Order: sequence, then structure tokens, then C-alpha cells
Amino acid sequence: MQQNKNRKFPPDIIIISIYIILSIIGLISIYSASYQEGVNFFSLSFKYLHVKQFIWIITGILLFVLIIYTSPHLFSNAAEIFYGVILVLLFLVLVIGAIVGGNRAWLDISNGIRLQPSEFAKYTTALLISKIWSDPDAKTNINKTMRNVLIVIAIPMLLIFLQKDIGTMLIFFAFILALYREGLPSYIIFIGFWFIIVFILSFLIKQFILLLILTAITLILIFIYRKKRKLIIRFVEIYIISIILIIGVNYFYNMLMPHHQERIEVMLGLKDDPKGASWNLRQSMIAIGSGGLTGKGFLQGSQTQMKFVPEQTTDFIFCAIGEEWGFIGVLVVLSLYLLLLLRIIKLAERQRSIFSRVYGYSVASLLFFHIFINIGMTVGLMPVIGIPLPFISYGGSSYWAFTLLLATFVNLDMYHNDVI
Amino acid sequence: MRSYDNRKLFFVYIFILAFIALGVRIFYIQIIDPTYKTLAEKNTLRYVYEYPQRGTIYDANGKILAGWRPIYNLAIIPYELEPFDTNYIAQLLATDTKLLKTKIEKNKKMGGYQPIIIYEDIPDAAVSYFFEHESEFKGIIVEKRFMRNYPLKTGAHFLGYISEASPKKIEEDSYYQMGDYVGVTGLEEFYEKELRGHKGVKVYVADVHNRIVDSYKKGQLDSTMINGKDLYTSIDADLQQYGEELMQNKRGAIVAINPQTGEILALISAPSYDPNLLTGRERNKNYIMLSNDNKNHTLYNRATMTRYPPGSTFKIVNGLAALQENFIDEKTSFGCYGGYRIGSHTIGCHGHPSPVNIISGIQYSCNTFFCQVFKVFVDNKYFGKSSIGYERWRYYVNSLGFGVSLGVDLPNEYSGFVPTSEYYNRLKGTRNWKADGIVSVAIGQGEIGATPLQLANLAAIIANKGWYIPPHIVRAIGHPDSLNARYKNKIIVPINEKYFNFIVEGMEKAVTSGTARIAQLPEIRVAAKTGTAQDPPRKSHSVFIAFGPVDNPKIAIAVLVENAGWGASYGGPIASLMMEKYLTDTIKRTDLENRMKAADFLIK
Repeated sequence: MQQNKNRKFPPDIIIISIYIILSIIGLISIYSASYQEGVNFFSLSFKYLHVKQFIWIITGILLFVLIIYTSPHLFSNAAEIFYGVILVLLFLVLVIGAIVGGNRAWLDISNGIRLQPSEFAKYTTALLISKIWSDPDAKTNINKTMRNVLIVIAIPMLLIFLQKDIGTMLIFFAFILALYREGLPSYIIFIGFWFIIVFILSFLIKQFILLLILTAITLILIFIYRKKRKLIIRFVEIYIISIILIIGVNYFYNMLMPHHQERIEVMLGLKDDPKGASWNLRQSMIAIGSGGLTGKGFLQGSQTQMKFVPEQTTDFIFCAIGEEWGFIGVLVVLSLYLLLLLRIIKLAERQRSIFSRVYGYSVASLLFFHIFINIGMTVGLMPVIGIPLPFISYGGSSYWAFTLLLATFVNLDMYHNDVI
Repeated sequence: MRSYDNRKLFFVYIFILAFIALGVRIFYIQIIDPTYKTLAEKNTLRYVYEYPQRGTIYDANGKILAGWRPIYNLAIIPYELEPFDTNYIAQLLATDTKLLKTKIEKNKKMGGYQPIIIYEDIPDAAVSYFFEHESEFKGIIVEKRFMRNYPLKTGAHFLGYISEASPKKIEEDSYYQMGDYVGVTGLEEFYEKELRGHKGVKVYVADVHNRIVDSYKKGQLDSTMINGKDLYTSIDADLQQYGEELMQNKRGAIVAINPQTGEILALISAPSYDPNLLTGRERNKNYIMLSNDNKNHTLYNRATMTRYPPGSTFKIVNGLAALQENFIDEKTSFGCYGGYRIGSHTIGCHGHPSPVNIISGIQYSCNTFFCQVFKVFVDNKYFGKSSIGYERWRYYVNSLGFGVSLGVDLPNEYSGFVPTSEYYNRLKGTRNWKADGIVSVAIGQGEIGATPLQLANLAAIIANKGWYIPPHIVRAIGHPDSLNARYKNKIIVPINEKYFNFIVEGMEKAVTSGTARIAQLPEIRVAAKTGTAQDPPRKSHSVFIAFGPVDNPKIAIAVLVENAGWGASYGGPIASLMMEKYLTDTIKRTDLENRMKAADFLIK
């Protein structure tokens, strides 16, 4: 056993293969979704999106290689610094950020090139909570550890919320899922679900009636568990937070961008506006739905080529795949993603160090949230929330951020018998 | 310490379940549900429209009341639009760059391949620039459409105006689309289907590069463009314009009818406006200005939509009813001692010889006589109950065109108001009321409400001695000889012709030696009746009805001037001048004419 210690394993070939295949699928899809007549795939001009994405992919792969050759200790040692730098950038965005698509989420680097710090915040947050959780003293004072982790998650969430980028903010809930593996009590997941249900009901039911129902449920629970004082205190806590949530929803709702309000209303079936948010969803579903089994063929999707689907190179890139490659194309992409997620879980389990395992679960959870919400929204299973599809959507910031996220895990896994 | 290793499975299950959910959902919409394929095909269809020319509206002598002129609208096709030099274009359009940009951005968001109009009636310089530089602009088109113009600037109220179809209209009638024009109010609304014609459409299928490749379903959905039909009205533009001049700075209405055909010769609502205000680039601004006129309500067509008490002109109706039921005859007379007494209250009358019968009652417009007639009718023992008597009386009132819509070819015609006995039961709180309790209706006051159109129609019925053709403006549609099928039938009033002779005699005497002497015309026999409709606390409305020549009636007219005083003060002179203009084509009484034009009763 001794000789195995500190051994450097080769990088995981399955993860790297899937990463490269997905990137190529993304590149082809972006080319199709932004296709203009007369523009060859090999037209080398930076005004074309697929050429830009090609640059992001090449530099991304270089970044991947660079990360693989880095010492794994860097990531845990410098986690606070990375986290701090991104917080500063998130602050800067609020002050001097550029507004794109209604969100103030971008920093202008030089003409035309913009950086979206919130994409990188997921990465740095993952590193820091892994570090906090893997601290040798973490388990002795579990409450303090949990509190610190929640603070580390909450600060970037708040800053991103202030940028009015609700989609990216919601992604941070993925960390709660990741920490479930590490012993986060089950009831926290249940409470999470409870709050999501109360949140949605507060749009559908009159405030007064909802409060009445809530009170009734709480009283019944208290009666059933009248002998267990601890539980009763917890019920009352949840009850109070629920009330705050319901009353806050109205306030919170009014703070949302009109297009977010609309999207929530469309999702809940409260509003049907053919040219508003439901228009996007409708055109997206027409695109995918008309793809059939084998698709209409490369560059032959009428919805994609006629630009009926808005934001179809970024948030709605999945439509181009669904329409032009059909259910077979969809199955290929879904299988690749599922394989990637299961592979990450499998590798995370073999990590000797807690840091690597927590980080691995964070990567899996973040990717899972992105994939499920993004694809779910294009087919009407999820509300229309503007978040990218990992490795496929157009965009340098998100591509690099996902590359960092994945490459760092591959690096850590190369030292999975080490204590990092 | 507890190990949570088994929670690994939780993740594996969640991931697999979620991906199965996505897969099933996508399988459903891609393989099972066919609706999306149809919808995708619909998105590849391109509709190319050809817009018809709206029908022209002519007066009785072939003069154009509402014509058209070509205009050019600037439209964008959201999905094809490419950026261009907004500064220069804004300059050409004589608009603000910022405004242009916001308009483009707002409409671009609507999406689609259907052109959306962003500027209407653009300046000539812009039109020629766009045509010369067509190839430089993608997603911008200049569409030729037709807009109304009104060379004679007359008849705004009965013509109506044209506006872009509202979202509500588009929802109600699938013919209309965003940016289509539709007639609002007046003849434009009433004859919308005839005037608009039918737009032509060609449906094409576009390929993925938005190039039209074929016609859709071999042109099954295509239709050819049909121009709108012209309307030939009976309006005499000269008379109409003259009436508008006489009514300037006043509130009220004139309606003149050819009694023999029911054709309307002039229909004036005052104050009026130049119909050209509601066409062209400034029309929205002008519309807001006109509709904000809360004092004089310029846009309102008083001739057919406003209810006025008819005043003493209504005595004729009352008298005819009593004659037909044989409650009075030409010899029946009542003494008039300065008024009609109901308990302690008196309906006053003015000085005239007494006693009076039906003829002199009309000649001197005696209040007492007609109150007595009403009482004799309604309280008659024959009916047993006053409310039954009143219902019989109301039957004659309705048959003479009051309290019912006449069916004029204008939208939203008001039927006026003649209360039912049920209405009085509720008002009085009892079923046992008597004629005296409601006697003011006998002389056209109280609850009775009538439109100027109904009063003119009454004059026409008297001129014809017992029949009328419902008043209408449009004589023929499409061709001057293709007569308007809506107005062919005579309506016979259930009152014997001989009773009308007494009324005509009374009205003629009113002109020669009674209350309506102002209406005398040399060598033409004129019959007329004054009315003074109370409008407390303000001055009374001046009402006047007349027709002539008595032996061969060519014009029947009603004039109402709001808050102008007695019937003979303004209504009479204006009606008389209108008749003089129509029957003799010259105005000899220029002093009277100038005095009428100068009078100003607008609310300031």
C-alpha cells in the first residue's frame, strides 16, 4: 500500500473524451444556429460566433492541460484567494458593469470582449466550501461549519441577485444538494422542497387562504407530535419562515425584472402572451417537437435557420440539436451528460481526501442543475431561466468556467490517493 | 462516526430519474405529439398581401365627399431587419433618432416575418430615397396604402373616419390584421364591408434560408384583391356646407330629408370639424385634441345620437293620435285662459285668440289645447284606466317614429325615449296615475326625448300625409344605378290621411300668421312648427320643423340649436334659410343669414 501513496494517476480519459465531444457538438450547433448563407464553417473571421467559440474551445483546452499539470494543493491552499478575487469582481460588476439582455452581469475587458464573473463564482465557491468542509476540525463543530458554508454560498448569491441574474443565482442551490452526500440532514432537503412548494403556491393561491392552510397544517403537526418538544420548535420555525416567505414573495416578485415575472407567470400558466415569454418557449418547443426521430438534417431546421427561437446560440442551443438531429441526437447528448455525471460521482467516491470528494460532488451537482434546468426549460418542464448548457452553449466565460470546474476535478482525481 | 457512503446511490438515482424524465418528455413532443410539426410548417409560410383601394363617397351631384390619396408607410420585417444609419433616416422621416430607434427596437421584439408599420404616410423625400436605395436596406419595406382625403372638408360626422384596426377588432374579425385600416363611426363604419373591398393574399412556402420556393397548397388559400365599392349618397354638398356655415359656433343639429324618397339631403351636427384632421400623419394628435373637448363634444353626432325634448313640435303627434281615435275632430275646441291648470300648478300659455281647435292650436302652439287633448285621450272612460289609455297613445307616438330606431344607415342611432306606462308605475309608485300627472309629455317636455333625425322624419311624414321611407344617406352602392336595397319599402303610418290635412293647414297658418312667420318664402307654400324645449337652468333649445312646397314637398327639415331660446329665434331662421337655399338656390335674406352665422352659443 505504501508504494501507492503519492502516486500520480493518469488523467481520466472518459471525462476528457466526453468534454471534447460535447465541445465539438457545441461548436457545430453554434455554427448551425448562427448560420448565414455564404458563411463557410472554415471562414476565419472573428465576427462569426462559431469562430469565436472555436477560440474559446482551443484556449479552454490549453487551460485544461495547464490545470492538469498544476499541483493539486494549489486549489485548496488558494481557495480563499480565488474566492476573494471573484467577490471583488462581482462588486465591480455592480459598479461599472455592462448591461446585456437586461442583466448587469458583465465586465468590459476591451472592445467587444466581456467577462461574466458570476460564471466563475460557482467554481471559486465550490473550492472554498470543499476546503471548509474538509478542515480537520469541521466535524467537531458541525453547526459552525454549516453556518460558514452557508455564508460562503450566500454572499455571491446576494451579489448575483443584485445583478438581477436570477438564473445564475438559483444555480447556487446545487451546493445544498452536493453537501447532502457529506451528511447534511435529510430534513434540510425536505425543508428546501417545502419552501419551493410554498413559494409556487403563493403565486397561485390568495395570501390569506394560504396562510390559513399553513396554520392548519402546523397545528395538526404540533398535535400529532405534542410529546416531542424539539420537533415542535422546528415546526414553529418553519411556520414563521414560510409566512415571511409568502409575504416576501410579493415584495420579491415586484423586484424581479418584468421578463422574469412574465416567465414565472407563463410557467405557472397564469399568462399566455404569444409574443412574450411564452413565445420563446412555444417556438423552442416547435423547434424540438418538429425534429422527429432523425431530425431535419444539419442546417435544415426551419425554426433554427429562420431564427424563430430567441437566444438560440446560448440559452436555447439545445433547440438546434433537437430540431436538426432529432430524438437520436437528443439521446446522444443526454447519454453523454449522464455518463459524465455518473463518472464524476464514481471518481468522487474513490477520493481519499474529503476536499476532493466534496469538490467532486459540487461539480456533479452544478453540472446537473445546469443541464436539467436548461434542457427542461426548452421543452417546457422548467421555467425559462437564462442559464447556459455546459460545454455546448456559446460564450467564453461559461465555457472557461466549466472547463476550470471539470479540469480541476480531473487534476484532483489524478492524486486520489493523496491527502490534499 | 456515521458514514454517509450510501447516499451516493441517492445521487445516482436522482440523476438517472431526471434524465429519464427529460427523455420521456422529448420523446413525447418529438415522436408522439404531431402538433409541433404542423406549427413548424406554419412558421415557414409567408403571406404577401395586396391592399385594395377603399371606395369613394360621392354626394348627390357626383362631387367627392371622401376620396383617397396614395400614401407610403415604412414597415420593418423583424427577423430580416439589419442595422442601418438611423441618423440619416430619422432626418428623412423628419423625426427624432432616439424615437426611431425605440420604435424599431420595440417592434423588432414582436418577431416574425410579417411587416410591421412603424411610420405612416412618410414624406416624399423618404419614399424616393428608399426606392432608390432599396438594395441597401434589409428588412425595411415601403408599403403603398390609401388614405382618405376630403376635398370639400364637409360632412365629418356622417362620413366617420378611418383608423388602424384595434387589437380588439383583430380578435373579433379574422379579416383584420395589425396595421389594417378600418372605418370607425359614420358611413365608414356602417358600410365598412362594402367600402373596404377585399385584400388579396398569396401564401408561399419559404425554405430554411427564408427564400420563397413555392406557393402553398397550389394556391388553395390565395385570394385575389377586390377594390372597395363606391358609395353614392343623397347628400347635397352645397346644402351641407351651407348648413355647417349657419351652425358655426353653435351646438345642435340640422337634418334635411327628401320626403318622397327618405333620402337625407344634409345632416349637420354642430360644432363640426374638418374631416381632414383625422387623416394623415397628425391624426392621432388631432383625435386626442377633438376627443378632449369636454364642453362642446365636437366628435359627437348630435343629429342621430342625442336625445332632446322635442318641445311644441310634439303637439302634432299628440293631436294626430287623438284625431285618429276620434276623441277630437276639427271642430273640437277648448278655451285657453292663459294656461292649463293642474291643482295649484299652471302650464302657462301665451296670448292668442281663444277658444282654439286643432288647426288654430297648431297655428298658435296652444299649450292648453294639447294638454286638454291629452287628458281627453288618456283619461278616457273607454280605456277604463289611464295607463291603458296612455299605452294606446304611445302606440301612435311609436308609429310616428319616436322611441324607436328609424334604421338610418349610421351606426349607434339613438332610439330616443318614450316612457312606457310601466315606467310611470314605478316613477309614481302606483298604477292609478292620471293624465294630469304626466301631462308635460303632451307638449313634448318631461321625459320625452327625440333625436333631430326623428323630428325631420316627422316633418317628412306630415309632408307625405301618412307615410315615410326610413331616412338614409346612401342612395346607391357600387354603381349610381344599383339602388340601396335596404331602403325600398314605404312605411304607412296607421293614421288617416284626412287628419294630416288639418295638421298641414295649421302648420301653414303658423307660417302665414302664427308662431312660425319667420319661415315665409315668397311664392313657395311652407308649413312649419316651432318648438321651445326647456333645458333648465339654461336657456331653452330652439327647435323648428318645416317642409315645403306644401303641394309638392321636396324638403322636410328639422333644426335644433342648443340653448338658443325660442323656436322662432334661431331654429326657424336657419331652417328657412336652408329651404331657401335648397329650393331657390339663392339667398335673398342676407341680413338674416349674416345674423345667423354670427351667433355664438358655444360653451367657453
